[in-house]
Amino acid sequence: MHSFELVKPATIQDAVAALKSDEAQALGGGQTLLPTMKARLAQAEQLVALSGVAEMHGICVDDDGRICIGGATTHATVAREASGYPALASLAGRIGDPAVRNRGTIGGSLANNDPSACYPAGVLASNATVVTNAREIDADDFFQGMFETALDEGEIITEVKFPVPEKAAYEKFLQPASRFPLVAVFVAKFSDGVRVAVTGASGDGVFRWSEAEAALSANFSPDAVKGLGDLDADDMISDLHGDGAYRAHLVSVMTARAVKAAV
Amino acid sequence: MPKDTGIGASPKRREDVRFLTGKGRYTDDINVAGQAHVVFLRSDVAHGRIKSIDTSAAEAIDGVVRVFTAKDFEGVGGIPCGWQITDRQGNPMQEPKHPILAEGKVRHVGDPIAAVVAESASIARLACEAIEVDIEALPAVVDMKAALSDGAPKVHDDLTSNLCYDWGFVEENRDAVAEAINSAAHVTTLELVNNRLVANPMEPRVAVGDFAAHDQSSTLYTTSQNPHVIRLLMGAFVLGIPEHKLRVVAPDVGGGFGTKIFHYAEEAFCTFAAKQLERAVKWTCTRSEAFMSDAHGRDHVTKIELALDADNNFTAIRTETYANMGAYLSTFAPSVPTWLHGTLMAGNYKTPLVYVNVKAVFTNTVPVDAYRGAGRPEATFQLERVIDKAARELGVDPVDLRRQNFIREFPYQTPVAVEYDTGDYDATMDKLLSMIDRDGFAARRKESESRGKLRGLGINCYIEACGIAPSNLVGQLGARAGLYESATVRVNATGGLVVMTGSHSHGQGHETSFAQVVADMIGINEDQIEIVHGDTANTPMGMGTYGSRSLAVGGSAMVRATEKIIAKAKKIAAHIMEAAEGDIELKEGRFTVAGTDKSLAWGDVTLAAYVPHNYPLTDLEPGLEETAFYDPNNFTYPAGAYACEVEVDPETGQVQVLSFAAADDFGNVVNPMIVEGQVHGGLAQGIGQALLENCAYDENGQLLSASYMDYAMPRAGDLPMFQVDHSCATPCTHNPLGVKGCGEAGAIGSPPAIVNGVLDALASGGHNVGHINMPLTPARVWAAMQG
Repeated sequence: MHSFELVKPATIQDAVAALKSDEAQALGGGQTLLPTMKARLAQAEQLVALSGVAEMHGICVDDDGRICIGGATTHATVAREASGYPALASLAGRIGDPAVRNRGTIGGSLANNDPSACYPAGVLASNATVVTNAREIDADDFFQGMFETALDEGEIITEVKFPVPEKAAYEKFLQPASRFPLVAVFVAKFSDGVRVAVTGASGDGVFRWSEAEAALSANFSPDAVKGLGDLDADDMISDLHGDGAYRAHLVSVMTARAVKAAV
Repeated sequence: MPKDTGIGASPKRREDVRFLTGKGRYTDDINVAGQAHVVFLRSDVAHGRIKSIDTSAAEAIDGVVRVFTAKDFEGVGGIPCGWQITDRQGNPMQEPKHPILAEGKVRHVGDPIAAVVAESASIARLACEAIEVDIEALPAVVDMKAALSDGAPKVHDDLTSNLCYDWGFVEENRDAVAEAINSAAHVTTLELVNNRLVANPMEPRVAVGDFAAHDQSSTLYTTSQNPHVIRLLMGAFVLGIPEHKLRVVAPDVGGGFGTKIFHYAEEAFCTFAAKQLERAVKWTCTRSEAFMSDAHGRDHVTKIELALDADNNFTAIRTETYANMGAYLSTFAPSVPTWLHGTLMAGNYKTPLVYVNVKAVFTNTVPVDAYRGAGRPEATFQLERVIDKAARELGVDPVDLRRQNFIREFPYQTPVAVEYDTGDYDATMDKLLSMIDRDGFAARRKESESRGKLRGLGINCYIEACGIAPSNLVGQLGARAGLYESATVRVNATGGLVVMTGSHSHGQGHETSFAQVVADMIGINEDQIEIVHGDTANTPMGMGTYGSRSLAVGGSAMVRATEKIIAKAKKIAAHIMEAAEGDIELKEGRFTVAGTDKSLAWGDVTLAAYVPHNYPLTDLEPGLEETAFYDPNNFTYPAGAYACEVEVDPETGQVQVLSFAAADDFGNVVNPMIVEGQVHGGLAQGIGQALLENCAYDENGQLLSASYMDYAMPRAGDLPMFQVDHSCATPCTHNPLGVKGCGEAGAIGSPPAIVNGVLDALASGGHNVGHINMPLTPARVWAAMQG
């Protein structure tokens, strides 16, 4: 690892100020950034740790009944405390291993937008709102391709607000080495329709499966998915762990299982 | 009846106290005053010509001591190969030079190009990035068959082709085997891959080279399974340091699995650089570096044919194997697909004719060498898979087909050179069947089907050749070393013992089990015995630990040395008690005179040996220290039968191992708990190979599985509870302990059980799949089910 300076601001304001420098980079839980730096694939003159920002920690419920999670809240905390949204708590409780869950944060995961990360599927399927120091961004606008988001340089995710669906579930099929999702699907049934978000499958990152959403909005049952046929294999990631056809098939299987599991 | 001490007891492993409390002393814990650190610049292309290396920017960095490239090694030998294979025409294998740092060309991703020695590893790493290397990329050869095609790029320009050797065994039987296959009532053919693996010991490799200017002697601390072999190879063939000026220390080693047998360039580099710089040089391998520099395992592509007569008796076996050597010949690489593989192709069966053809191939990949089992898993996998396939084709029970062809008379001379001294394959199969409730399988399968799952039962046998090896035999086969073992037993005046053994323990628990043997022989407490290993300065010549040889060969040397100790002690006791030597008995730590009530304690006699006041000085030297070398006169042949039940999720192809049972014949067992642990570890690695582990390259020679993000290691959650039994013991007939070795069995016997089980599960769902190559990932299983 190249050497760097670490600053740990206590407020969002100070963090935003620190990130104005060209050499500075935000540090969430460090579960991606630090291994990348250790492998000397990334370097930064200054890391701005967000873990010291007290107002970015914790979970609450707002006046609209939304579950609001501070951007620096760890996966372990969400797993333990987001009882108002069991499917989301379950997703958080299955990310990585205990070490990852005790360090990794929701803001860090979303800002990184790894195409195989879990949280993007939960956020997109839930139609959550990503709150930053500057604005509020709809989930549909936030994810813009592999490792790409709507965030501007130096913009910090301070909070994520999740509307709680009537029913929801997250079904994950593990890549056997990394234990990231090979394919995972979050299904959320709201009163006005069903949202289906898929992670792990596409090189463009998390996406909504609109055909499945339409079918499930009409008939929320696993059978509704089975009639759809698989997605186009050419649009899926193909690698050592599974080709596009396999991933496309898994999207159907995991979607049907999520519907079945949704409570 | 369970014993509390000695042979057959299961005391907890004494070494675990220090391992589990962080008190182990590993190579990376060793720091020499004034040491510098080295980091290697490694090739990121698989094949290329080095046009220039500019180290000036690196040398200018503060804290850099010196930058080395190949030109610093003129006159220094290459890394030697320890085994020469003779090909079908009687010619020696092609043996390319393996330089310490790349000369002219890089030949695999990870090939070291330059080495920076600096005040810290961090500075050295930074300086490595400042070295400017101009490499003209060349087309890489990765696929073995393509590597042998006309016009394929050559890994080594000075060789005639990428073929290391084309080996036939037994060459004289080639035509007879062909005839038997042509005239057979049935021939089952199977093409398969034995997947390339990365050993991944928990402790990465480390080397610390040191040089003492006052006596011009070198010391290497290294993560090795056999420090004496490293001393011999590095001293005599690479650096030209006589053995009396070279000490090699392998302290606590955190797992080897074969990949720490070999002599590596980094060891030679640290020893060489320390002498050049007159200061210690330390190298600590990173995990990423280990993936591209530790010798890999397996990587065979095989076609096997099994011929049967009309009564389903095996009449002949023919195999054709392509064995990947990687870019250079690692220490024992040529022996693995030949003498450690071809000699096991008879398996547990009385097949009269066997012909094994192996083409060893150079490719632009990391060198491949022995990995837990080494050649024997490859043999077992082919044989036990093709028998299962034959049973399916013939519509006969796979257990019955095996039993019908079992060898039942011992000693048994196989058609592939080795002679099995003893065994009872019916006994282990019977034991296995008693463990697995085969009759209840149909009901369990139904229960799985009710949950939408396909359940399969996989059964197979295995045999291995361990206790490696008779030196005169391996010498004829091309080994450039003897394969005896040595031990010195030093008895102290107050009765305690130090056993210095050439066997090396890196997880096997020798410090416990070896002490049990000596304690049993003398009748003293185990805590009076210290087992010392891993340092050429305090143990006699040793050949190290691999091939499940430690107890069978190293233990036998220790027994022989202890027998000499006891014989001399009896002479001393006879003198003191004024009795005839033949009347002296040693029991439970006391010497007695037969027919009298005279006795002496063990400690009385050891004290007399060092305070020889009342002592037969005219006939006997004072002191009590003996050395023995033991050279086995045959291999040992552990064998057994394994079974597993698996469940396949037909929607995803996911395989879950529900149960695994192993009935092994290891001969006599010294510490049953340690043996169980060894089997558990072997099973985990075998199941890892069958379901998870896959070292893969792309067509350009880039390592795709270069980290744990893509290389899947087995975890506890992937494994069932194991049922392990070793009660079917036919003791080895030719070593004093009657032991056979247990370290590799699990890794050898388990892969075919898993694959057989998965294919059985698929068949129950109407998917008649002939074979799926390991690892049986969900994607591969699902694809096979799609037809």
